[in-house]
Order: sequence, then C-alpha cells, then structure tokens
Amino acid sequence: MDFHFTDEQKAIQSLCREFARDEVKPRAEEMDASAAFPYDLVKKMAALGLMGLPFPEEYGGSGADTVSYALAVMEIARADASTAITLAAHVSLGSMPFYLFGTEAQKQKYLVPLARGEMLWGFGLTEPQAGSDAGGTRTRAELRDGRWTVNGTKAFITNSGTDITGGTTITAITGHDERGRPEISNLAVEQATPGFTRAKTYRKMGWRASDTRELSFADAEVPEDALLGRRGDGLKQFLQILDGGRISVAALSVGLAMGAFDESLAYAQARHQFGKPISKFQAIQFKLADMLCQIEHAKLMVLKAAWEKDRGEDFVMSASLAKLFSGEMSHRVVNEAVQIHGGYGFMDEYPVSRMYRDQKINEIGEGTNEIQRLVICRLMGL
Amino acid sequence: MKIVVTVKLVPDTNADKRIDPASKRLVRTGVETVLNPFDEYAIEAALQLKDKAGEGTTVTVVTMAPESGKEVVRKALAMGCDDAVLLSDDGLAGSDVWGTAYALAAAIKKSGFDLVVCGTQSTDAITGELPGALAEFLGVPGLTYVRKVELNGTTLAAERETDNGYLKVSCPLPALISVTKSIGEARYPSLKGIMGAKKKTIAPLTLADLALDAPVGSVGAKTEVLALAQPPAREKGKVVHVADGAEGARAIVDFLKEKKLI
Repeated sequence: MDFHFTDEQKAIQSLCREFARDEVKPRAEEMDASAAFPYDLVKKMAALGLMGLPFPEEYGGSGADTVSYALAVMEIARADASTAITLAAHVSLGSMPFYLFGTEAQKQKYLVPLARGEMLWGFGLTEPQAGSDAGGTRTRAELRDGRWTVNGTKAFITNSGTDITGGTTITAITGHDERGRPEISNLAVEQATPGFTRAKTYRKMGWRASDTRELSFADAEVPEDALLGRRGDGLKQFLQILDGGRISVAALSVGLAMGAFDESLAYAQARHQFGKPISKFQAIQFKLADMLCQIEHAKLMVLKAAWEKDRGEDFVMSASLAKLFSGEMSHRVVNEAVQIHGGYGFMDEYPVSRMYRDQKINEIGEGTNEIQRLVICRLMGL
Repeated sequence: MKIVVTVKLVPDTNADKRIDPASKRLVRTGVETVLNPFDEYAIEAALQLKDKAGEGTTVTVVTMAPESGKEVVRKALAMGCDDAVLLSDDGLAGSDVWGTAYALAAAIKKSGFDLVVCGTQSTDAITGELPGALAEFLGVPGLTYVRKVELNGTTLAAERETDNGYLKVSCPLPALISVTKSIGEARYPSLKGIMGAKKKTIAPLTLADLALDAPVGSVGAKTEVLALAQPPAREKGKVVHVADGAEGARAIVDFLKEKKLI
C-alpha cells in the first residue's frame, strides 16, 4: 500500500491550491452575495485544463486521473463551493456521459468543446415528481419520422442555463417493454431546440453562484441521433454516471470542510478572550482536533474510491460510503466552525457563515444521505 | 535562440526560518522546498520571450540543487520550459555566491546560451549578488533589475528599474538579465504542462562533468559567516504631549523637517 501521490498528482494539487487561493477565494463572498455565475473563473479553469481534467488529450482533455480530479475539486471547494460544483457537475455530469456512451461524432461535437471548457452542459435526471425515485421519470420522448418529440419537466439542473451552455442530456421514457415497464433512454438536447425552455435560476440557500434551473420541454423536437448509447439503457447509464459523480461530490464536501477548518484555525489563533487567544483553551483545541480528524477520515475514503476507479476496480461501494460519510462530516465540521467563530460566525462577512449554508446540499445532492444508505444496504445484499 | 533560466530551490517562503548555530547555515530539512518566487518571474520573462519569438526558441532551466530537487524543477517544465539541467554534487555543498556563480557559469557555458534570465534574488540568503557574478563569469553584459525586455535580432533592449525611475539600455547578445516583479505575474502551469513535464529531460550534471579550475563548495568559499545576530528591535516611537492641535501639528512638522522628509 502506498499513500504517496505521484509527481503529477502533487503538481495538480498544488496548482489548484494556488489557483483557488489567489483567484477563487477573493471572489467567494461577492459571488455568494450577487449569485452571479463566475464566467471569468470558468474561463480561467478552462485555460488551466481543469474543465476537461480526466478526459484524454485527443478529446481536448488533460488526461489526468481520478485521484487528481478529487484533489482538484477539494482545493477549489476549500475556497468556494459554488465554483467547485460548477466544475464537478461539468466534468462528472455534463461531459462524462458523452465520454462514456457517446458515438465518435457525439464526442467530436460535444465532448471536445466541453473538455476545453468552451461550453457547459447539463445533466437532466431529477424531475419535480421524480427526485430520489429517479426511475419515476415522467418526461417522454416519442420517435416519429426520424425525430424525437420531448415533453416534460426537469428540476434542479446544474449548468443548464448559462450563456455558454450548449444543452442538457435528459432521461426520458422512450417506450415500454412487453410487461408494460417504462423504457428509459438518454437524449442530448441542444439549447436552441424549439420548445425547450429554461426558467430563471433558482434562488438558493447555498451554492448561490452556481447555475441551477428548471427545464421545460413542450413538443421539443430533436433528431434521432440525439440518443446517447443504446435505446433503453438510460437507467443503467445514469446510475453509472452517479457512481462516478459521488466521488466528486464527496471531494467537494471534504474541500468545504477543509476551508471551514482553515478559517477556524486562523480565527482561533487571532481571537483573544480572557487575555489570550481562544486557541489556548482546551474547549476550542478539542474542537479543532476533532474537525481535523474527521476531515482526514473522509479524505482517505474519497481518495480510496478514486484510487479504485483509477485501477479499474469496482469502486461503487467505496464511492457511496465516501459520499455519505463526507456529506455528514461536512455538516459536523461547518457547525463547529461557526461555533468557534461565535457571534461573528453568524455574520455574512465571515466565510464560515457562507460555508454553513453551502454545506447542506452536500447531504441532498447526487443521492440524499438516506438514499446513500439504501445504496450501501443493497450493495451489502440486504 | 536559446534562453537559459537559472532557478534556486528554497525553503517554503511561508515556513519559519531557522539557522543552525553550529554551521551558521539555514536549516533546509523538514521544510517543504519550493521554486524561489523571484525566479518564477525569470521563468515568466523567458516564456514571454519564447511566446513572442515562436518556433526555434527554447528555454532551458539550470539549477544547482540536490537530486531531490527534481520534483521542484518539474514545476518550471510544467509552466512551459523545454528542458532542464540539474547540477548536483556533494562537493558543491557550502558554496558561497562566488562558488555558486562560478559553477553555474560553467554549467551554462556547457549547455550553451544566447540569453540568461535570472531572478533578482533568492528568498533564503537574499544576497542579490548572483546575477552580477554570473554575468562576470560568463563574460557577457549583465543587466540587472530589468522590468521590460525585448529582443531584436542580436541585440537586447531593456528597461532597468532604479530608485527614481528607469533606464533604457541595450546590449548585444549573448547577455544576462535579472528581472523584477514588473515583468508580469508568473503563469500557472497548465494540466497539460504538468502531464507533459515528466516527458521532458532533466539532464544530470556533476562537478566531474565541469572540470573546474578552482575549488568550489565550502573549501572554495571566499567568504565565511563569522557571526549571526538578530536585527535590533525597533525603537519605541516618540510620544509628544501637547496642549492643542496647533502645537501637535508643529511638533510633527518639526520632526519631519529634522528627518529631511519635508
């Protein structure tokens, strides 16, 4: 067993740490307040090669591994969760389906500009009435005269409505099998498709500078070759996408907790009460020790899942365990971070206040804590 | 056109510095090693010149460091430098500015160059003398504290920062310059650069390869650190008790006049 990072992994981690500290962190407070999408940061991340991090160079990517990807998301999330989810959703949800299931033509048309970070893309699974019950999709696509006609609504779709979004890959019912069960397929729907509209971005508790919208399809017609992979494989495909996505969301939770820890450590050393820094009081010291311990625990779980994925091993259990633990861990850590800050932690000008709000979605997005437990139990064979 | 950038590996600038009282040298163990931040501007300057010149211009990184410094040199390669020379030899330990410049000059001559770009100083010893000494040993014009540089065929035009402004100067190539922060923020390495850096060459060089005429390392050092002392603590500010604002203003003006500040 080897806990050393490779030279490349170390270099990518330190690049992202520097970039996050110098370019992202100074923007975080203003981005949260204005809820404005950070086009400039996306452009800068694209120039560094982060937007196509795990994809091969031939498709415009950087050819790095999953461990590097997890380290990158951690460092960005340490500075700002909105920017981190924009990156993570772009790579794991927007681009990955084309890489895994796309035809060569689809890869050239979509994956190349996505990996270069010139374009963003949404992944439309959740619906107003189909959240945890993702199989309960109601959106329908009917094939007639070589064209799909799509009708339905998608909810909470990240990166789906920015000025540089090219479209969204959606799950839709494309028919029924002989026993009447719905056949689900994935379709790549381009932004300019008539009948496809995006609502204004949601007003959110956290991740406020990320682009999240509701999508509507009213007799939206897309060409037959918008189908991703085989017809009827939709369910299988999105489950595979979510497995990989869990690693990045878990990394995001770890990064957010690291950021909250950084703030707490600095604050505890600077804040004086009763004639000395509060970091000299055991009540605060123990909180910091517990925070660091939990962060390290979650980090190891995330990196193990990423490492298994890189080795081509089955990483599904590890990814689910990491996602569940990291999400709940970040809850405990940001809570203590605000507690260490006392009244100042409740004030907007202290980053932990934003982190407290940004954290909650870590326990909901890409499978709630409860669904994650269900997945783990199923993997145990229960 | 071959550009050589000299870089030094220094202890992390954010870490506390400790000096070993016995050897009177900076303790380098247990502290992360990084590229000297001033040298990142030198890399940036060299890469800007390469970007402008296009095909046929290469940037070679030359450093004198232990073998373990390879990983740090890779950052320079990830930023876009083409290859590196790592001069590494136990016999170099304890070299002072003279020895370092002498050995580096031999390594640079061996690799060949049209232009050498240095940072103005390192963050560890901060002598700021190396660029000048290196130009001397190389036998080429040395322009220090350059804030802007342009290459026109076989000549180099530069602006040198001074305390009061800047000097416009030019010299023929080959030459050496040291560049300041004004050259522009150092670029980030891209992921592609990072992934490609491992395929680039870091050529090892030892003292045996250089066949120097004079000894280097602690044996060849022309200087010796005799003693180390803390800088004197800053004196307490002067407190003046005055009756009113007018008297206070007069006291301040008198003080500034006395210091020749107004």
